[in-house]
Amino acid sequence: MGSLAGDGVAPLRTKAPWRVLDGFGRAVHAACRYAAPRSVEELEEVLGQAWDEGLSVAFRGSGRSYGDAALNTEGIVVDATGLDRVVRWEPETGVFEAEPGVTIEGLWRRTIEDGFWPAVVPGTMKPTLGGCVSMNIHGKNNFRAGTFGEHVLELDLLTPGRGKLRCSREENPEIFHAVVGGLGLLGAVTRVKLQLKRVESGRLRVRSLSAWSLDEMFDQFEGCLPGSDYVVGWVDCFARGEALGRGQIHAASYLEAGEDPEGRDSLHVEAQGLPGHILGVPKSKLWRLMKPFTNDFWVSVVNGLKFRASTWEHGKSYLQSHVGFAFLLDYVPDWRLAYGAGGFIQVQVFVPHEGARACLHDVLAMCQEAGLPSYLGVLKRHRPDAFLLSHAVDGWSLALDFRVTAQTRARLWALTEQLTERVLAAGGRFYFAKDAVLRPEDVTRAYGRERLEGFLALKAALDPRQVLRSDLLRRALPPGPIG
Amino acid sequence: MSAAFTRAIVVGGSSGIGEAIARQLAAEGAQVAVVARREAELARVVAAAASAASAASAPGKIKAYVHDAADVDAVPELFAKIVADLGGLDTLVYAAGAMPAVAEGEYSFEKDRTMVAVNLLGAMAWMNPAVARFEAARSGTVVGISSIAGERGRRGNPGYCTSKAALSTYLESLRNRCARYGVNVVTVKPGFVDTAMTRGMKGLFWLISADEAAKQALSLARRGSGASGFVPARWGLVALVVRMLPSFVFRRLNF
Repeated sequence: MGSLAGDGVAPLRTKAPWRVLDGFGRAVHAACRYAAPRSVEELEEVLGQAWDEGLSVAFRGSGRSYGDAALNTEGIVVDATGLDRVVRWEPETGVFEAEPGVTIEGLWRRTIEDGFWPAVVPGTMKPTLGGCVSMNIHGKNNFRAGTFGEHVLELDLLTPGRGKLRCSREENPEIFHAVVGGLGLLGAVTRVKLQLKRVESGRLRVRSLSAWSLDEMFDQFEGCLPGSDYVVGWVDCFARGEALGRGQIHAASYLEAGEDPEGRDSLHVEAQGLPGHILGVPKSKLWRLMKPFTNDFWVSVVNGLKFRASTWEHGKSYLQSHVGFAFLLDYVPDWRLAYGAGGFIQVQVFVPHEGARACLHDVLAMCQEAGLPSYLGVLKRHRPDAFLLSHAVDGWSLALDFRVTAQTRARLWALTEQLTERVLAAGGRFYFAKDAVLRPEDVTRAYGRERLEGFLALKAALDPRQVLRSDLLRRALPPGPIG
Repeated sequence: MSAAFTRAIVVGGSSGIGEAIARQLAAEGAQVAVVARREAELARVVAAAASAASAASAPGKIKAYVHDAADVDAVPELFAKIVADLGGLDTLVYAAGAMPAVAEGEYSFEKDRTMVAVNLLGAMAWMNPAVARFEAARSGTVVGISSIAGERGRRGNPGYCTSKAALSTYLESLRNRCARYGVNVVTVKPGFVDTAMTRGMKGLFWLISADEAAKQALSLARRGSGASGFVPARWGLVALVVRMLPSFVFRRLNF
């Protein structure tokens, strides 16, 4: 790709401002050069200039990746949120086409009144479609609906080496299956075409269960799976001994036509709000209130109370809006700041069904032995998919948030090495959208040499000058042919 | 927290306070990239440091880079090259300064422009990439050699006073911007220092050597938590008085 910029255009090296960016967990930072194109043409120009000047480029959407996936030390970070046009919306078929900077929020607000909801959403509505594709995100319905990529019908990819490519299951299928979950390293996704899910109501029927141990958690979770569209488990990672792995399960199902007493009124955007106040505190201020309580002592107390409260709700069911059920992480804006200056990391481990109970039991116990219990544990069920670097296995995942402080940082990283080893022994995988700790040898073991070499070979073909690079690539992927 | 200076860039390091800082850092074992306009002066600094290093037990190294501080567009590339050569960076010292003589009754935009370019814009061009890097790393030191001349707009050299006042304010803003991220931004405001810049000037007092000024500047920087100070400290008293003088008095003085 040659530069589209004419003579006299200031080089990116000079004009692109420096920006210190963080991962969502705020435990990693990078000084990057920043470019925010407002159109696909401007994006092409930036890529062309980077190619000419030998600068690297990483893409960033809403910055919701917890680790370093959207960081590029010394290189250019292209903020894709300016590419936010909806190209086409077909309310009859539920086919939605948009530029990559459109967020999940922008998507559902546009489509819900027509009776369509994104088939797969993460725990927050802030991520962009470009980010969702590149990380192949999943939700609480991974066991039933698969990952985000399974609902992508087609996408346009702008590659440094081979120009524009249309990718789908029919056209360039090999590239399609690598770009979904491809970490933004094969090209810029410039358009995404999605198939949405038809819904008859704006609400879900939600059932709450509490489980007194890890075994009970698994048993009840499995019991929910056949009759539910979404299932998620909250784990109190402070509970020890017999109670290890205790927590609460929420299982939800779509409503059939006529099942919602409010009928289709619940599909209005106004019916999909999140509370403006929680416990009387305006939600924008809530993270400040949480901050003094975000430590081992108070989180263990709060978790204990939360578990007690869950036992009173055991077996009860209620109707809840899609937004209220799906986007738990959006109830408290800026909640990540409650973790303080050191931030936090999330470790999400994926373990095949066989051996998952034992493995996750060990994982929870190892955290406690290290004196570093996770402040939030989330259990989900997954199914495999056809994407090259998919994290999804036929099994379970446990996501663990760990506070990082100057005192605990080294111990925490040592713990994650232990956890990684245990998960690899169980044949598990990891999730790059969350990761901040994996090393190339871990990733090679998790994904297999052949798969990774396939990915890197495809990258060499689409991006021969290795323009597309991120801190994640430098840290976690093997640098060249895997020896 | 005390700051470590192991990989340093000294802009304006071929003479005066900059040279003295570069030599002292190298003598402490730091790898120092000296950036300056005049090649011959640079060669002299490198040679002097090399002979000093061969005598010392823990020799640092000085490497020279030719660059005109007014050429701000060349900074991004040079900065990247130096950081790669040093294998990292924890210290940036900006000591480049220009103070052409301005005669009584002279009004020269060219001289003003040179002073703003060298004393201020050059500092901004080097500090932006350095501070971004330090903020991300949650550590690092930036030392700016400003001047007591920035405390008040004196009649002698409007462009110089302005450029140094702006540099002091810029450094203060940087310090307030990134102290919370562990970045150590230091403003050094020397009084009269015996360098080429002051040679031949009349009415100098409390004159100190460039070596002494460098020593005091580095000692301010070593505090590690961001500082602004006069060198030597007694100039602080002068600054206090000068700042408090009412304008109707100040404009009658030849100070």
